[in-house]
Amino acid sequence: MSIIDVKNLSTHFRTDDGIVKAVDGVSFELRENEILALVGESGCGKSVTVKTVMGLLKSPPAIINGSINYKGKELVGMSNKEYYKIRGGEIGMIFQEPMSAFDPLYRVGEQASEAVAMHSTLSKEAIKEKVISMFEKVGIPEAANRYAEYPHQMSGGMLQRMLIAITLACDPNVLIADEPTTALDVTIQAQVLNLMRELQKEFNTSIIFITHDLGVVAELADRIHVMYAGKIVEKANVVELFDNPKHPYTKGLLNSRLKRELKGQELPYIEGTVPRAFEFPKGCRFNPRCPHAMDICREKDPELTDLGKEHDCACWLYATGADSE
Amino acid sequence: MKMKGNTSNRVKKAFFKHKLGIIGMVVLFILYFTIIFADFIAPYNYKETNRNFILTEPSQIAWTHDGKFVGPHIYGVKKSRDPVTFAIQYETDYEKMYPIKLFAKGDTYKFWGLWETDIHLFGIEKQSDAVLYLFGGDRFGRDLFSRVLMGGRVSLTAGLIGTLISVVIGAIIGALSGYYGGWIDVMIQRVIEILRSFPRIPLWLALAMLLPPTWPSTAVYVGIVVVLSFIGWMGVARVVRGMVLSLREKEYVLAAKVVGQSDFKIVTKHLIPNTITYLVVVSTLSIPGMILGESSISFLGLGIKEPMTSWGLLLKQAQSLSEIQAHPWLMIPGLFIIVAVLSFNFVGDALRDALDPYRTVDKV
Repeated sequence: MSIIDVKNLSTHFRTDDGIVKAVDGVSFELRENEILALVGESGCGKSVTVKTVMGLLKSPPAIINGSINYKGKELVGMSNKEYYKIRGGEIGMIFQEPMSAFDPLYRVGEQASEAVAMHSTLSKEAIKEKVISMFEKVGIPEAANRYAEYPHQMSGGMLQRMLIAITLACDPNVLIADEPTTALDVTIQAQVLNLMRELQKEFNTSIIFITHDLGVVAELADRIHVMYAGKIVEKANVVELFDNPKHPYTKGLLNSRLKRELKGQELPYIEGTVPRAFEFPKGCRFNPRCPHAMDICREKDPELTDLGKEHDCACWLYATGADSE
Repeated sequence: MKMKGNTSNRVKKAFFKHKLGIIGMVVLFILYFTIIFADFIAPYNYKETNRNFILTEPSQIAWTHDGKFVGPHIYGVKKSRDPVTFAIQYETDYEKMYPIKLFAKGDTYKFWGLWETDIHLFGIEKQSDAVLYLFGGDRFGRDLFSRVLMGGRVSLTAGLIGTLISVVIGAIIGALSGYYGGWIDVMIQRVIEILRSFPRIPLWLALAMLLPPTWPSTAVYVGIVVVLSFIGWMGVARVVRGMVLSLREKEYVLAAKVVGQSDFKIVTKHLIPNTITYLVVVSTLSIPGMILGESSISFLGLGIKEPMTSWGLLLKQAQSLSEIQAHPWLMIPGLFIIVAVLSFNFVGDALRDALDPYRTVDKV
């Protein structure tokens, strides 16, 4: 059962330098009770994709096409008023920077309760209790005291856990986490990841998890979608992707992780950078950086092809169309 | 709640480390206390002229009489004319002694406009040949000390209210400019640039000239305050705009937006409160400018009108060098301006250091 079904979604921005195709024809589905990871380098369109799903982009300048189906409701083109009911209550979102998600002038408890109150009919006291119990659940020590403190009195990890608590206190069906561990140090990262997995089981929430860190994904996700330059280039479940990566870009990403066998050697990396979003190369967008680039790669953009075992890849190396030509 | 007051304690500590700041605050406290109770503390009615004591010297307070201690008192004066120049001369008449009493009866006045009384903090009984003029008398024989106190009411409150108005206007306009961006921002910024490129004093004078001369003095006072704040808001607006530009990108603002909070509430609940430390500091630091501004306008004769008074207007009497040479006590209101301006600057400096979170590290 898919809970969110995104079909051929594209988000373009009109700027003075031309049209920026931040997201260009992305399709994916989020199934119930799964953790789906969107992986890719900075600037490949991960955040824009989920912001589009959350309806956080102002249009204009954003031009949104395609379809986002949430439980039979079409989100593209939905009015802001209808979106109020979806955001928070149905689909919750956690941001990258826990520090700037709280207004430093108000107590964290007030901010948490305010958010919960928007989606609940409970009394003030009941909401406060709920928030405190959620704080306890995410491992905030002395949660009742912390309720009355200010954001600057917390560590980044605590704030991020509080954010998760607030988001989950609204009982969303879907949780979108936009690089929630990037701003945290490694030990806290592990705590937050464990917490998210536990809470996912407890609350039966489906999660879209955005990261550029494949190590994080390996621990957490059920399925992985790799994005490059506004497109999904490979889809697979975790085991399959790590054991049997197909797309040269995925291979490059996996290669450039730290490995014990490579002790003393220079770390491999993918040459070049993600192309700027308004001057994508012709053909496959990865071709200037791809070690296997062929003539067809410079001419035509490959489509996602099913390679079996729920493994899709957009690359001419595996495309049947390439053989016939 | 056990960690309550962490920040405010730190701010207090940092503030009280600043010795000049404390001095400034004490001085300001005394000044404002005095002007609040000005009609009680002043021994005379500031409007009352006395032809016998035109430009009289400050009273000499003596404590002993005939070698014996008798408490503070002054002596009567004899008025005579110089036989050659016919100028008025005052001579001390040691025969007549008038003790200075606390809670003495004097001119009647309405305390805070509420009830009539004639009790003053100190004074001497009404005499025809002696007056207790601590700062001397002015051209109309009025008590300069009483006039300085009443003038302080105008000067010190004009600075305060003018700053308040200009900071509020500046914060709102700056926040709107930064929050909306686009053509609103461009327009506001260009208007500010144009207004700021006018020379300040001529612009003040031009605006002050708009106040009709027939207005009663209280209306003129309000008008002057408005004129002052008209110039003051622009600097505030520019800085607040810059701060809002960075604040509006924070996720809590986005969150407020997506739950449908109105722009007005986002600006007043999130954006302006987050600039409040800056606003507090800039307020204290711009009050002196306002006080000086009011003094300049009044000094140039376009501000407060007689018989109402302000420090700038009092200084107007000391315009010529010969006047200052002959009656140096007419410069006393200038001293008050200097003291008030310095005190506000010290307090502002101390506040700025105390509220700057990045400064505490090297202060500990």
